Amino acid sequence: MDFPRILSGNWELENSHKLDVARSCGTYGRVQKALAMPPVELIQIVKDSGLRGRGGAGFPTGMKWSFVPSAEKRGNKPVYLLCNADESEPGTFKDRYCMWKDPHLMIEGMIIAAHAIGCKVGYVYIRGEFRYIYDRLWEAVHEARAAGLLGENILGTGVDFQLHIHLGAGAYICGEETALISSLEGFKGQPKLKPPFPAVEGAWHAPTIVNNVETLAAVPWIIEHGAAAYKAIGTEKSPGTKLFSCSGHIRKPGVYEIPLGYPMRDLINVECGGLLPGRTLKAVIPGGSSVPIMTPDEVARCNMDYESINTLAGSYLGSGGMIVMDDTTDLVAALTNLLRFYAHESCGQCTPCREGCGWMYHILCRVRDNCATAEDLVTLKDLADNIHSKTICFFGASAAMPVQSFLLKFKGEFLARIEAASKGLPAGSHVSPASLSVVGA
Amino acid sequence: MSSHAAPIPASRGPVEWPDALLPQVEEILSRYPTRQAAVMPLLWLAQDTWDWLDLDVMRLVARTIDIPPSQVHAVASFYTMFKKSPTGKYLIQVCQTLSCALVGAEAVIEHMERTLEVDEHGNSKDGLFTVLRVECLASCGSAPMMQINEHFYERLTPATCDQIIAGLRSGKPLALPRPEVDKWTFPVS
Ligand SMILES: Cc1cc2nc3c(=O)[nH]c(=O)nc-3n(C[C@H](O)[C@H](O)[C@H](O)COP(=O)(O)O)c2cc1C
Ligand code: SF4
Ligand code: FES
Repeated sequence: MDFPRILSGNWELENSHKLDVARSCGTYGRVQKALAMPPVELIQIVKDSGLRGRGGAGFPTGMKWSFVPSAEKRGNKPVYLLCNADESEPGTFKDRYCMWKDPHLMIEGMIIAAHAIGCKVGYVYIRGEFRYIYDRLWEAVHEARAAGLLGENILGTGVDFQLHIHLGAGAYICGEETALISSLEGFKGQPKLKPPFPAVEGAWHAPTIVNNVETLAAVPWIIEHGAAAYKAIGTEKSPGTKLFSCSGHIRKPGVYEIPLGYPMRDLINVECGGLLPGRTLKAVIPGGSSVPIMTPDEVARCNMDYESINTLAGSYLGSGGMIVMDDTTDLVAALTNLLRFYAHESCGQCTPCREGCGWMYHILCRVRDNCATAEDLVTLKDLADNIHSKTICFFGASAAMPVQSFLLKFKGEFLARIEAASKGLPAGSHVSPASLSVVGA
Repeated sequence: MSSHAAPIPASRGPVEWPDALLPQVEEILSRYPTRQAAVMPLLWLAQDTWDWLDLDVMRLVARTIDIPPSQVHAVASFYTMFKKSPTGKYLIQVCQTLSCALVGAEAVIEHMERTLEVDEHGNSKDGLFTVLRVECLASCGSAPMMQINEHFYERLTPATCDQIIAGLRSGKPLALPRPEVDKWTFPVS
């Protein structure tokens, strides 16, 4: 289907990452207009557009910007804008293409956002594994600086904005905004308790706005076409388009830009080409590995927007990283795989998270290997319930939600393993199909 | 991150930034309001220069920004991509997280470990390769995948892994087109 392509419209063009190509498509064409506007007006447009953060939490972007204390209130403190390009949530791979294919669109969004919040220096925090994109982002920054689009007195408007790229070094938790700030400041990437929220006290104790790559890349279009045009796309509570990263057992995995509110089953069956021949749908994780899993019934009912997935399936749109699993999937092995991830990535500050993730992983290994008892399942659920909401950052909940939802919605798979264990069957012999890896194995 | 402390690395003797790098060091320092914030970019620069980070390299970084060496060590240990011990010339990081696992990551990893005859640290017999299992590299649509040094190799099968390895051994540039260059959808043939 043909949808408006606000974020990915230039990706097919040859050399779409170069300044001259970007400019010929209209990129940076909104800078002059935006920088001539009073910041409050810019914030109002973004508020009216209904744009919500694309990093996972879906927080309204304009509202977040308005939390930055006024110049009088913050005294001589600067304001920082940080672009969150850490993209480490399993199942999510959209920001990577935004930056690789159209870095100037993101930079244009940052220039506009910086003016709106009164920021003179910004940083893109990009995960260390994206080294090849880091180099490209610096190239783009140098091109933009040379063209007078970054630095002092941008395009003669009197507005200054300098941008730097900061390379992470392999730590999932640095995607969490307070951890990202600690990491940028040159410390271990460990989250901090909120409040204070970064918008009030963030990097170097100054007001700081953290926005996802995709969020910032949507801003120039909104400034050009207006809030009403953006609201006309998508749904009432989830306006605009979103990039969905689709992976797993589908015929055409990849990144798709579609208007929010699009039926989930159409995304799977049309854009993603449907399941492999002869397979049926078993489950979908709709928004990155941290969100609750969905059953085929829920998939059939839900649309890809914040409210539908939440009210009809108790899950979240999250980062838009959709992982599709067909009937050949061993869900016990799948959950074990995810918990290995969380056990490895916990930053270790909070006892429930540090100890709990490893503990849940070890129980799951036993369940998977047919040597767990019914009590283990009770402990597993207890652990998840006692981690959720009892930690410094949302990572704890991110590890707990998969466990809670798999156990709730696919309990039979876990019970079958307990029964197999009670009969002394070896690992691998249970009622659900044999292997987590089915394609290309 | 890894919750276990990094092993205390061996010493290579005191080091200084090569003269040619000094402007780059200064430029890095100029990006941030504090010198502390330069620790990660300087560790990257040091790792690019000396391949891996021993205590002497960490001391140099600490001197450059005037913080205790223990703080540099704490940062270097927290982040998995800072190498606290030498690796093979080609560092092969194979993703083992869910989306990759669903489409055959385990077969790829086992194949690589077997054909390169790696030891328990992942180092190949000839010392040329190090194979590590890593978590999601944001390439889940083109799974299974791996990263070799800077580059991503995607839609892997044991057969394409063999081609890539053969290419690296022969010293020729990459044998396969890298999807990172152009595509963002990956139809299964
Ligand atoms: C454990 C954890 C990991 C996160 N990882 C990312 C990430 O990789 N990228 C991202 O943009 N946001 C990530 N977030 C969300 C950020 O904390 C933050 O909400 C977001 O960057 C705000 O930008 P937005 O409002 O534009 O979405 C993560 C949050 C948590 C709790
Ligand atoms: S919840 Fe986990 S990741 Fe977050 S601060 Fe606590 S220990 Fe660290
Ligand atoms: S799960 Fe392997 S790249 Fe994301």
